[in-house]
Amino acid sequence: MTATISTTSVIPTRRRRRSARLSPLLVAFVLVPFTVESIWVFWPALQGFWFSLTRWDGMSPPTFVGTDNYVELAGDATFRGALVNTVIWLVLFGGLSVLGGFGMALVLQKERRWVGFYRAALFTPVVFSLVVTALVWRVFYQPDGIADTLLRAVGLEHLIRPWLADPQTALYAVILPALWRQIGYVMVLFLAGLKAIDPALHEAARMDGANAWQRLRHVTIPQLKGVNAVVLSVIVIDSLRSFDIVWSLTKGGPYHSSELLSTYMYSTAFQSLRLGYASAIAVVIFVLALAVILGYLVRAFREEA
Amino acid sequence: MNKLRTGAFHTGMILLSLLWLGPVLWVVVMSTRSFDDIAAHGVGSLPRSFTLDTYRQAWTDGGELRALINSMLVTVPSVALSLGLAAMAAFALSRFRIPGRRTILLLMLAGNLLPPQILLIPVAKFSELTGLYDTLWALIAVQVGFGLGFYTFVLHGFMRDLPGEIQEAATIDGAGTAQIFTRVMLPLTRPALAALGALSFTWIFNDLLWAITVLRTDDNMPVTPALLALQGQFVSSWNVIAAGTVIAAVPTVAVFLRFQRHFVSGLALGAVK
Repeated sequence: MTATISTTSVIPTRRRRRSARLSPLLVAFVLVPFTVESIWVFWPALQGFWFSLTRWDGMSPPTFVGTDNYVELAGDATFRGALVNTVIWLVLFGGLSVLGGFGMALVLQKERRWVGFYRAALFTPVVFSLVVTALVWRVFYQPDGIADTLLRAVGLEHLIRPWLADPQTALYAVILPALWRQIGYVMVLFLAGLKAIDPALHEAARMDGANAWQRLRHVTIPQLKGVNAVVLSVIVIDSLRSFDIVWSLTKGGPYHSSELLSTYMYSTAFQSLRLGYASAIAVVIFVLALAVILGYLVRAFREEA
Repeated sequence: MNKLRTGAFHTGMILLSLLWLGPVLWVVVMSTRSFDDIAAHGVGSLPRSFTLDTYRQAWTDGGELRALINSMLVTVPSVALSLGLAAMAAFALSRFRIPGRRTILLLMLAGNLLPPQILLIPVAKFSELTGLYDTLWALIAVQVGFGLGFYTFVLHGFMRDLPGEIQEAATIDGAGTAQIFTRVMLPLTRPALAALGALSFTWIFNDLLWAITVLRTDDNMPVTPALLALQGQFVSSWNVIAAGTVIAAVPTVAVFLRFQRHFVSGLALGAVK
């Protein structure tokens, strides 16, 4: 396989001759999907960058304002709050779902009685939409809902508060359901990775007298390198995209206390109708995701080589 | 000692499973309680009534039926179209020496990795421009366009690893490119297509952001955004909201149960590639 690929990339003239023999059908096979993606993804993305340099209300044509939107962003307290919340989201949602998912995968990797059921239980929320997840948890947080009932049962009623309406707790009350749904997903990714590790490696380490912790540290984790990279990219991209769960639970409120960049962008665009300014926020989200996207692409590139 | 550890393992895991399944079961039970029961005892109490009228209310008064139809009208063609187009691209890019094929593939993948926020405004404006705004066509088009890159990448990885002899044998037997694609490659790619199909079904069905970006009218909304509207319509009727939630969750759960193996292997496929 690798041999055939390397021959094609040597001499450009040979390449050209080959491409002349490409059947029109094959050209269509590539061109049609590529054109569809160009119309709905590539071209809009380029427009997005352009809009971020304009002032635009969606009715009259956009006017070019240079970097005004970015200058305004720098002084926008709501934007700064959303940025901080997005970082908190990344650390808590991302970090805890990796830890939780990895932990669960380790605990549930060995086939034994009931393990299938436990895995399925943890995985169940993954098939729900985030809106369904949000409504399930809304019941939990409702005044006199499950959270309050449980706290009362153990005598901690002084902690009771309007979880989603209190600026102190809103963000964390939204992260919890997101985690609940993500842990099962990350667990499945790690389970697949763990399954691919050659058991002989563990056997050899055990022969050499390595204890469980050493085997985890020096055999399992290094062997999972590929999966780790994917999980990391998935988590960062998911975190920056997170929108549905916040939108269905708090819409970023109260007083922007659970605002993320994604929700702020959406409400700026479609509620305040400041399309240019919202595009600038979108560009910031893109820049934050860029490193991860590039890393993912470099990995994919190497694999294709 | 060993018995003790096994006991501790199962106790811990049963508690955890309860933490994961408990809230779901709670909502299912709540969907069968009467309004008076919830008003009198709160959403945190155990049920003291049983009714299925909540489902009728969510189904007809709440417009869930209309929303479910919209969801299916969007999801089924989107899944079929995006997998079909992705399979075509993956086939050409993986089995033929098309110039620049690696760049094309990675460019398509990069499109899928973009944060959708950068696309929202241009896509909304473009669908207004083409007259597709507020129609299900716009939603189908954007779902297909945005998903294509990832599906192509995964299918490419799968098709590339199929043995070349099969294709050569088919060529010698006089099969053309189209026949090799439909008669040889597609059947061999079925496991990957099934996995991606199950995954993309839940992704598209569960989508909220694209739907509320290109649709406006309530009657056009698929089930996920409709569920949010239901919440506004039945503000304190928690039993009806719960019934609506159950209805919205049933199709993806059904797909998951039916294609369980494919579903999980699909997630893994994305991870290992």
